[in-house]
Amino acid sequence: MRFGVVTFPGSCDDADARAACSLVGDAVALWHGDRDLQGVDAVVIPGGFSYGDHLRVGAIARFSPVMAEIETFAHRGGPVLGICNGFQVLCEAGLLPGALLPNTSLRFAMRQTVIEVQNTLSHWTRACAGGDLLSIPAKHTTGRYYASQPVLDVMEERGQVALRYVSDPIPNGSLAGIAGVSNEAGNVLGLMPHPEHAVDALTGSADGLRLFESVAHVLAAAA
Amino acid sequence: MRARVLIRPKAGILDPQGQTVERALPALGFTGVSRVHVGRLVELDIEDPGRLPEMCEQLLSNPLIEDYEIVGGPEGAGPDDSRG
Repeated sequence: MRFGVVTFPGSCDDADARAACSLVGDAVALWHGDRDLQGVDAVVIPGGFSYGDHLRVGAIARFSPVMAEIETFAHRGGPVLGICNGFQVLCEAGLLPGALLPNTSLRFAMRQTVIEVQNTLSHWTRACAGGDLLSIPAKHTTGRYYASQPVLDVMEERGQVALRYVSDPIPNGSLAGIAGVSNEAGNVLGLMPHPEHAVDALTGSADGLRLFESVAHVLAAAA
Repeated sequence: MRARVLIRPKAGILDPQGQTVERALPALGFTGVSRVHVGRLVELDIEDPGRLPEMCEQLLSNPLIEDYEIVGGPEGAGPDDSRG
């Protein structure tokens, strides 16, 4: 399978994301100005500071040409993973519910977190089991997940809360300890921790690979 | 016309910046201050102010987490409005 990894001006985790993807399939670089996804099977929007985080995190990246293509791809059921800034971009684009607010501490939080897989409804958690614990680093200033209570209730009911922090204290003050959420169809997932930094035991954990493997399973099963 | 858009965190959403400012003021002797919130100000020249609300909803604010208030016209014009 072929992963496309987006690079916006200000992305900084795109190289690691491509390296992680290449452990599972092929990785293709997609530029923010592209109007063509080059026929990739899945898209990864990596971490960083797209467009300098101007106005609000993710607010400007949402309007880049490549995002219009990704929105179409996602609406057709194509798998999309947003990591950290990529999660913020997906929320701003309306591909995921809710928004990310500044950490309660107002500080940059950088630490290894343990997140619990809530369910395998998302394409990106399919190769896991509900209750699996993944050790994945988080590093962000704007990671406090927020959705209004009625929206959150519906998300919980539908199983859209895919990942929750179980390490204490959580890095950002997210509602209900939310680390990652999916859309209703499950093909789009966003999370604040960085699975692409946890793909080799050499750096402490290879648990992040499970997300990339999950989408490969889903695509293989559909082929 | 010159317009100003005030953007603030929605009521009920935790505003740690506001809380931090509120805690800092008494240290300087400013007591009796409460309900502090920190937001953003966007100033712009606009030919058709009728388009400001959709502009606010689509880009300048995120309606899920922020409220906006448009300040414009003579009552909104401050002393700085002669700036380029």
